[in-house]
Amino acid sequence: MKTLRVYAILYLCFLYAPIALLPIFAFNDGTIIAFPLRGFTLEWFRELAEIPALHEAVGNSLMIAVFSSLLATVLGICAARAGTRFEFPGKKGILGLIMLPLVLPEIIVAVSLLVVLLQLGLSLGAWSVILGHVLICMPFSIAILNASFQSLDVALEEAAIDLGETRLSSFRLITLPLVMPGIISSLLIAFTISLDEFIIAFFLTGTEPTLPVYLWGQLRFPQKIPVVMALGTLLVVASVILLTLAEYFRRRGAARTGQADSGGFL
Amino acid sequence: MKDTPAQSSPIITLENVEKYYGDYHALRGISAEIGQGEFFSLLGPSGCGKTTLLRTIAGFEALSSGRLTIDGRDMAGVPANKRPTNMVFQSYAIFPHLSVAENVGFGLRRAPLSKAEKARAVGEALEMVGLAGYGARAAHALSGGQRQRVALARALILKPKVLLLDEPLSALDKKLREQMQLELRRLQRQVGITFILVTHDQEEALIMSDRIAVMFEGQIAQLDAPQMLYRRPVTRQVGEFIGVMNFLPARATMTDQDHIEVEASGLGRAVIGPDQVPGGFHPGQTASVGIRPETMSILFAGETTDRRVATGIVEDRAYYGDMTYYEVRLEGVERPMTISMKNLVGRPVLDRGAEARVAWDAGSLVLFA
Amino acid sequence: MSESKALPKLGQSEAAQGYLLIAPPLLYALALLAVPLGAIVLFSFWSQDYLTLDHALTLKNYREAFSEPLYGQLLLRSLMISGAVTVVTVLSAFPIAYFVSFHVAPGRKSMWIFLITIPFWTSYLIRVFLWKVILGYNGVLNTTLQGLGFIDEPLTFILYNANAVVITLAHAFAPFAILPIFVALEKIDRSLLEAGRDLGESHLMTFWRVTLPLAMPGVVAAVLIVFIPTVGDYVTPRLVGGPGGLMIANMIQTQFLKLNNAPMGAALAVLAMAMVTAVSILFILINRRFLKGSK
Repeated sequence: MKTLRVYAILYLCFLYAPIALLPIFAFNDGTIIAFPLRGFTLEWFRELAEIPALHEAVGNSLMIAVFSSLLATVLGICAARAGTRFEFPGKKGILGLIMLPLVLPEIIVAVSLLVVLLQLGLSLGAWSVILGHVLICMPFSIAILNASFQSLDVALEEAAIDLGETRLSSFRLITLPLVMPGIISSLLIAFTISLDEFIIAFFLTGTEPTLPVYLWGQLRFPQKIPVVMALGTLLVVASVILLTLAEYFRRRGAARTGQADSGGFL
Repeated sequence: MKDTPAQSSPIITLENVEKYYGDYHALRGISAEIGQGEFFSLLGPSGCGKTTLLRTIAGFEALSSGRLTIDGRDMAGVPANKRPTNMVFQSYAIFPHLSVAENVGFGLRRAPLSKAEKARAVGEALEMVGLAGYGARAAHALSGGQRQRVALARALILKPKVLLLDEPLSALDKKLREQMQLELRRLQRQVGITFILVTHDQEEALIMSDRIAVMFEGQIAQLDAPQMLYRRPVTRQVGEFIGVMNFLPARATMTDQDHIEVEASGLGRAVIGPDQVPGGFHPGQTASVGIRPETMSILFAGETTDRRVATGIVEDRAYYGDMTYYEVRLEGVERPMTISMKNLVGRPVLDRGAEARVAWDAGSLVLFA
Repeated sequence: MSESKALPKLGQSEAAQGYLLIAPPLLYALALLAVPLGAIVLFSFWSQDYLTLDHALTLKNYREAFSEPLYGQLLLRSLMISGAVTVVTVLSAFPIAYFVSFHVAPGRKSMWIFLITIPFWTSYLIRVFLWKVILGYNGVLNTTLQGLGFIDEPLTFILYNANAVVITLAHAFAPFAILPIFVALEKIDRSLLEAGRDLGESHLMTFWRVTLPLAMPGVVAAVLIVFIPTVGDYVTPRLVGGPGGLMIANMIQTQFLKLNNAPMGAALAVLAMAMVTAVSILFILINRRFLKGSK
C-alpha cells in the first residue's frame, strides 16, 4: 500500500500548504507576497502592536468568543444529556433542528438573523454576533459532549444515589468530573470557531468589527498584506495551541473512563 | 400455589406489586415475604421482570400500585438514597475517576465520622472482600473479579439491611464465577444480612440461595427452597427452566384423597401421592408427568432391580467424562427422554441403537395439569 | 396507594425529564434559527422600494429572479461549482479516509485525524486569501513552476475563475468529507472483508462488493455536508473567483447590504436553499438502498 501512503502524505502537504506559507511571508522583508523572498524581518509583527483599530477588534473577538463558547457549551450540555440519557417523542427532529447549522450555509444563518433583528428595531453589536455564533458553535459542542455523555454508564449515577447522594450531588460528584474533559474540549472548540468566524460577524457586527471583519477590510490594501500575514501567523499559532489543548482534554477524558480512543472531534 | 414462607421474620414484604411502563405490564401482582438474613434469589429468563422488581426494591423504579415495606416501613415516597438497601450493579458501576478506597468510602461522605474512622471502615471493608492493601489503586485498572469485590465492599460499608445484587456474576468467566458463588455465600453468612440476587442462571440460584422466586412474564411462578423447586416444580415451565426434565403424556384419575393413579406413555401405570402434584390436581384435563434424568437408570447386562422397569432404544448419547447422557426412546413414546448415568468403574457406555432397560420409581414422578 | 406520586424526581417520567433538559437549546434554536428562517421566507414575499418595506404579499421577487438572467446564471453556477467541489473533495478524501482506517496502526489513527483537522480550524479567511497568493499570476505556484522550468508563461486558468473556487473550497471542506467516511469505514467489521476474501473474491472485488457499499452511508453524509454549505459560500468566490467565479451568496450580500433590497436577497436565499434541498433529497433517494439499516 505504498501508493496510498504517498498519496496521504501529498494530501497532507496540500492541506498544510496555505498555513505553511503564512510564516514565510510574515517574516519576509518585502511588501509583495511572492517569491523570491527578500530577507528576514520582524517589522510586520512590530507594526501589529501599533494599530489601535486592530487591538479593539481583537478585544471584541475575544469577548464574543468567550460568551459564545460558554453559552454554546451550557446549551450543548443540556442537549447532549437529554439526547444520550432520555427517550422522548420527537427527539430526532428536535436534535435535527439544533444540529442544522452544521450544514446550513452561514450566509443563510446570517441574513435570516439580520432580517429579524432589524425588523424588531434592535441595533446590531457584539451581542447579535454572540447570538449567531452560539447557533453555529452549538452543534460542534453537542457532537463533542455527546461522546462524553455516551461513554458514561447510567448505573454510575444510580450507584451514587444508592449510596446516599441526591440526584444533584451525584451529578456533581460523578457525572461532572467524568464529562469535564469533554466540557473543556467543547469550550475550546467553540472559542476557536467563534474567533475565526467571518460571515455572521460581517452581517451582524454593527460598528464594532471583530478580528476577521477587520482583516477582511485590510485585504483590499496590498501594502497591508504583510501585516495581515504576521497577524495570521499569530492566529494560527493560537488556534493550534487551543486545538492541541482540546485534543489533550478529550483524550484524557477517554482515558479516565477507561475507553478505547476512537479519535477525532466529530 | 403453596409457597414456603420465610424462615425468619420478614425484612421485606411485597403486596400485590404492579408496574407498568406505558402499556407494558412489567410486574403483575407480585406478593412475597423475604426473611431477615435470607439469601433470596429472583430467577427467570430475560424480560421476566426480575431486574425491575429488584430496582423497585432499591427505589429506582416507582410502583404503579401495591405496597412495599422494608424493615416494617412503607417505602412509598422514600427515594433510593434514603432506603436501607444497597446495590451491586451488573456493570459494577465502579467510579472510574476515583481510587479503590475512594470508591469503597463513597457512601461515608455524609456519615458523621472522623477521617481516621472512615479510613478504618474502608480498610475493614476491603479486607472483608479480600482486597486488603488495594485502596490506593486506580479503579479502572482493576480486573473483573476485583471490580466486583470493590462493588461489594462499597455496598456493604453502609451496613444496609438488604444487599441487592443485579446479575453480579454474569460478566465473569466460568472458573471465577464458580469461585465467587461460594465466596458470596460465605460473605452473606458472615455479615448476616439479607441478600437478594437477580440471576438468569438456574444453577447459580440453586447453589447460593435459601429460597428462590422463579419469575415468568412479570409473575412469580414458584417461590421455594432449591430442593423443592427442583423436585416439585409447580408447572412444566418451572420444571423445564430449572435443570432438565423429561415430560411424558399421561392420564390421571384420583382414586381417593391420598392416591392418584397415573397412566404415563412408555412407563405404564403408577400410583402417586398428592405431594407429587404440586400444581394441584385438575381431573379431566390432559396431563403430563415429569421425571428428572438422574432419577432413572439404565440397567446393564445382567443387572437386576426391584424398581419399575421400562424398555426402549438408545437413540443418541453424549459422553461428558464423569457422566454419560443417553437419549432413550421408550416403547410407544414419540420423543426420546434424557437419562444421565455416572460413569462408574467397569460400567460400559451403550452405543446408539442398543436396547436399553430403564429403571424408575413412581416417587420421582411429578404430575402436571 | 401509588408510590409514583411520592417519588418525585426518580419517578418522574423519562420523557418529561428529557423535555425539561432539551428545552433551553430547543427554545434557543426555535427563536434564533427556526423563526428567522421562517422570516426569510416571509420576507421573500414582500417588496422594498429604497427604505420603505411593503408588507403586501407578492411574487414580484420570484418573478424577477426567474426573468433576470443574472440571477438564474448565479444560482446555476453556484450549484455547478458546489457539485464540482463535492465531487473533487469526496473523491480525493476517500483514499485518505481508507488509508487512515485500514493502513494506520490503531494507536496512531487519532493523531492522523488530528493532523487532518488542524488546518480546518485555522482562520478560514486567511486560508482562502493564501490560495490567492498561491494561485496568482505572480503567485507561489507559477513562480515555482517557472523557476523549475516546467512552464514559460504563468498559468492563468487557475485564478479569478471557477477553477480557483473549486480548488480553494475543496481544501476548506476536506475534513468534512474525510471524517464521515472514516467513521463509516471504522464501523466495518473486519471479518466481513476476510469473509469476502474467503469466498473467493479478489482484493479489488472485495472492496467493490463489501467495503464500498458499507462505506456508502459515510460517503452520502460527506457529500451532503460538503455540498450544502458550499452553495452558500461567500468568501471564496469573492477573493479568488473573479467576475466569472461569483456565486449566489455574493449577490445575496449585495442585495442585503448594498442595494438595500432585503426581500430580493431573501427570495434568492430561499431559492438557493430550495435548490440545494431538492438536489440533496434526490441524492439521498438515489442512494437509499445503501442507507437502509444504518442510523
